[in-house]
Amino acid sequence: MTSPRQIITAGILAAACVGNAAAGEAQIAVAANFTAPMKAIIELFEADTGHTVRASYGSTGKLYAQIKNGAPFEALLAADQRRPELLEEEGVAVDGSRFTYAIGSLVLWSADADKVQDGPALLESGDFNKLSIANPKLAPYGEASLETLEALDLKAAIEPKLVMGENIAQTYQFVDTGNADIGFVALSQVMEGGAITRGSGCIVPAGLHEPIRQDAVILARGEDDTAVAALFEYLRGEKARGVIRGFGYLAE
Amino acid sequence: MPFLSATDLEAIALTLRLAAVTTLILYVVGTPIAWWLSRTRSRWKGPVGAVVALPLVLPPSVLGFYLLVTMGPNGPVGWLTQTLGIGLLPFTFWGLVVGSVFYSLPFMVQPVQNAFEAIGERPLEAAATLRASPLDRFFTVALPLALPGFVTAGILSFAHTVGEFGVVLMIGGNIPGETRVASVQIYDYVEALEYADAHRLSAVLLVFSFLVLLMLYAWRPDRGTR
Repeated sequence: MTSPRQIITAGILAAACVGNAAAGEAQIAVAANFTAPMKAIIELFEADTGHTVRASYGSTGKLYAQIKNGAPFEALLAADQRRPELLEEEGVAVDGSRFTYAIGSLVLWSADADKVQDGPALLESGDFNKLSIANPKLAPYGEASLETLEALDLKAAIEPKLVMGENIAQTYQFVDTGNADIGFVALSQVMEGGAITRGSGCIVPAGLHEPIRQDAVILARGEDDTAVAALFEYLRGEKARGVIRGFGYLAE
Repeated sequence: MPFLSATDLEAIALTLRLAAVTTLILYVVGTPIAWWLSRTRSRWKGPVGAVVALPLVLPPSVLGFYLLVTMGPNGPVGWLTQTLGIGLLPFTFWGLVVGSVFYSLPFMVQPVQNAFEAIGERPLEAAATLRASPLDRFFTVALPLALPGFVTAGILSFAHTVGEFGVVLMIGGNIPGETRVASVQIYDYVEALEYADAHRLSAVLLVFSFLVLLMLYAWRPDRGTR
C-alpha cells in the first residue's frame, strides 16, 4: 500500500527532477576574444530557455591546460580548431560535438581616428612607432597577423617594430592606450552594431591569411547535461548567429 | 640537446640583468626613504609608509595597468619622457626597470628601515658629540650598523624582481632579449602546450629561488647574535 506520505515524497522528488531537467546550469570556458558576444548570447539564452550559464573567459591555451588538469568545465568555446581537436583526440571531448561557431576577422586598427586610412600603404610607409600583434605562437589572431605581413611581403621590414600581446585582449589594450600606434586586433573588439565605432581601422581581406575558425566542443563532464546541449543548439540558431555577426565574426 | 635552449638562456640573462639593475637603483632610491621613515616624526610618515607598502597588496595587474596608462603617450610620465626625447617606456628594458623599482620598493625599504630603527639614537648621538657631521654619522655609523638589513633588502629585492610576472606581462610586449623575461617565457611555453620546455625552465627558477632564500635564512641567525 502507498501511504499519503510516500506519495508526497515521490511528488517532491519528481518535481525536483523535473526542475533539474527544465533549468540546468552549464559551466563553460570561453576564449577571451569571444567575451563580448558570449555575454550577449548568454543573456538571450537564459531568457529564452531558463537555463543558466557560468562562463570563464581566458586564453585558449590556459583553458586547455586547466581542462586537461581537471577544471570543471562542461564545454569549451576555443579561439582555434587545434585545441578542440586535441581534446577530441585525447578523449576529453565528446565525439561529434565539435563545430565551428564563428570565423574571426582581423582588422588593422588605431585608437587615432585619422591614422588608418589605407592599411597596406601605412604598413609600407613605416609611419608608426610599434605594430601590436597577438603572440603568433599562442593566438590564432597573431598567426593570421604574421601571415598577412608575409602576404604583403613586409614581415622582415616590420619585425623590429612588433610588440606582442599574450592574447588578443592585451594586443588591443596596447593600441587602445596609445602605446602602440597601430595593431592587428579582432574586428569583434572594435565593432559594435556592424560598424567600427572608435579610432580608425581597415579590415584585412580574408584572402591574406588562413581563416580564423573558432571551434566549440562539449567536454566529457558535460556529456549528459541538457543545459550544455541546449546551449550548443542555441549557438547554431539564427538568434545567436545574428549576435555573432553583429560583432564582426562570420557565422556559417 | 642542451638542457636549456638559446632563447631560454637569453631570457635568463635578461632576467638577471633586470634584477641587478633594479636592485642597484633601489639601493639609491630606497635608502633615503628608509632613513627618513626611520627618523622622522612628521605626520607624513604614515602615508609615505603606506604608499611604499602598496605593491605588497596591490595585484600586479593594477600596477601594470597604471604603469601602461601613465607611461603611455596620453599619460603624464609618457608626456615627460617624450618631451625629454627619451620616447615611450612601455615595451623597453628601461620601462621594465621602472616597473620593477615600484614593484620591489617595499622589499628594499622595509628591511633597511627596520635596521636603521634598530640602531636607535645612542650611537648617532655619541658620534655627534665627537663632532661627526650628519653625513659623516650616516656613512660611518648608521650604514655599517645597518649592513645586515642592506644585505637582506638586496637579496629580497633581487629575488622578488626575478619572480616578477604580472607587471612585465602588462607593459613588456614580449620582445626577445628586451622584455621577454624567464617568467614570461615559461608562461608562453605553457600556453603553447610545450610542457617539457616549461618544466625545464621552471625547474631552473625553482632551484634558483630556493638557493636565494636559503642564503637569506642562513644569513639571518648571525644577525640576531650581533
